[in-house]
Amino acid sequence: MLDKALTGSRRYWTWIFILLAIIGVAFLAYLRQLNEGLGITGLSRDVSWGLYIGQFTFLVGVAASAVMLVIPYYLHDFKKFGKIVILGEFLAVSAVIMCVLFIFVDMGQPIRIMNVILYPTPNSVMFWDTVVLMGYLALNLVIGWTTLGAERNGVKPPAWVKPLIYLSIPWAVSIHTVTAFLYAGIPGRHFWLTAVMAARFLASAFAGGPALLVLLALLVRKYSKFDPGYEPIQALGKIITYAMFANVFLLGLEFFTAFYSNIPGHMQPFKYLYAGINGHAKLVPLMWTSGIFALASLGLLVFPGLRKNEKILAFACVILFISLWIDKGFGLVVGGFVPNMFETVTEYWPTLPEVIITAGVWAIGLLVLTVLYKVAVAVREETA
Amino acid sequence: MPYRTEGEHVMSINRRQFLKLAGVTTVAGIGGTAVFNGLRDNGPEAAQSSPDPRSLKGKRWGFVVDVSKLKSGEDYQKCIDACHSVHNVPDMRSLPEDIRKRQEVKWIWKDTYEHTFPTAPEDEYQNSELKEKNFFLFCNHCAQPACVRVCPTKATFRRKDGIVMQDMHRCIGCRFCMAACPFGARSFNWRDPRPFIRPEKENREYPTRMIGVVEKCTLCTERLAKGLKPACVEVSNGAIVFGDLEDPNSEVRKIIASKYTIRRKPELGTQPGIYYVIGGVEHAG
Repeated sequence: MLDKALTGSRRYWTWIFILLAIIGVAFLAYLRQLNEGLGITGLSRDVSWGLYIGQFTFLVGVAASAVMLVIPYYLHDFKKFGKIVILGEFLAVSAVIMCVLFIFVDMGQPIRIMNVILYPTPNSVMFWDTVVLMGYLALNLVIGWTTLGAERNGVKPPAWVKPLIYLSIPWAVSIHTVTAFLYAGIPGRHFWLTAVMAARFLASAFAGGPALLVLLALLVRKYSKFDPGYEPIQALGKIITYAMFANVFLLGLEFFTAFYSNIPGHMQPFKYLYAGINGHAKLVPLMWTSGIFALASLGLLVFPGLRKNEKILAFACVILFISLWIDKGFGLVVGGFVPNMFETVTEYWPTLPEVIITAGVWAIGLLVLTVLYKVAVAVREETA
Repeated sequence: MPYRTEGEHVMSINRRQFLKLAGVTTVAGIGGTAVFNGLRDNGPEAAQSSPDPRSLKGKRWGFVVDVSKLKSGEDYQKCIDACHSVHNVPDMRSLPEDIRKRQEVKWIWKDTYEHTFPTAPEDEYQNSELKEKNFFLFCNHCAQPACVRVCPTKATFRRKDGIVMQDMHRCIGCRFCMAACPFGARSFNWRDPRPFIRPEKENREYPTRMIGVVEKCTLCTERLAKGLKPACVEVSNGAIVFGDLEDPNSEVRKIIASKYTIRRKPELGTQPGIYYVIGGVEHAG
């Protein structure tokens, strides 16, 4: 089936080469990081994780969100998702690949990555995160490829895929829960030490991932002969609305606990992110953008009349995605490190090489996604 | 001819005996190593392969820090220099101030009361003497170390003598331990540390580190193995007392029993092994 990715329009190849060019530049930047060390990033002894780990965390959510298509389609027999469930599964594959790459570029000694397997350490959440992410990648690749292959041949998917599909549902929940546990089990980082972390991760994932999927489905419709259909996209819109409300509600709970309890350690990270501390306020404009976009997207999504207009839905999905990207892909990580362990403030801001490397990983993810979608769309056009 | 037969006879018995012995010892699981240890005992490596009889042995090593014994900034610097020079900790003072602060490696350093004990009871009415003091900070060698719990490769681990150790050859540089440590005690090599060690100052008996790994205070395991106290303790004029926290007769335990001491962030349950004397002798009791 992969051969279908090798033939395409001029626009398809232009897009592929743009991605390859970004990947090439990013690779050079990465070689520099490998040579000179992570000192070329904006990271420091006080803020020791940043953009890379933020992107990793955000993309685990995107990967997990495939389950929002799998559950209605396979558990509730919601037939309308039949056409787009493959888009969700392939999005998950691309997202997990980006997750792995973001961990890789964040490592000080990437050549030793196999040590995680050679010295398995069950008490480390990172070990379990590796296990569940690899499993999830394999599940989605196998499920997506097999069901699409069956569809191409006009036959039913083999029976052994069904148990794998059912397994992928709790597995999706597990990847984001375990990723939340990376943060939520650490003593002394007040911003992360919260029991609702995993719940919030899942809520934001089930809003952000499907929002991206709506946009991708609209793009697929625009640039190919395959139409995912109006109703599945509307159904996604409903899911996004519920999940985003849950996410904003959970964020509100965090604010209440921090500020009503009046415990300084709990309030400080929120103050830093949304107001700044002693003039240190690099993230304030971003966090307010995130907050305003979150509320604005809800304002557009909550009214069915507005949501039914695909242009408005698309716009709501764009600002919702940006809002969650800032909140989870950036603010969440930095907020855990500021103030530092001495209650002083060291700020973080990514450097140019760091941003280029980040863009490069996204480009690899988009390349994988483009190729997989190209195959899926070609099969659909063939069988239509 | 008979001579030769005799010789063969002797040889064959020896060979048979050897094989028998080898078989028995292999079954007992001591074969190879027993033979090699026997060879080594007379060899030059013997001193390195067996523990030094002078080595200090304890169940849980720790420090008691009493900064009232330190009179000037120089007294502090002496301890810091002693540690950093013996462990080849890079001296990054040649870097611009803002970069140095963000990327420096430190095993022992000083900071104010407020920063050392950010969660300790304190208020604006407290005696200013305490607030103006600087305290030493290092790895706390916790009994329940968060860094060890999170490390995905066991590159950081707790030894039987309570020291939290770092294997810089196994570390993958994921920095999960830095996120987990509530004391900011861990340093990452954000850049190659070796250009920051002057060749004439390098301690050839201690390894230098490579880029991209985490390091920290090791309580001078290499010195304890030779029967020496940690480097900072030796030059601290009694401000840093070293001893076994599990031994009720140790000096550290006697100080803890008789003076008011506090630990950093005890509420987190990591059980730090570093105690700080607060107020000094004249204020005690």
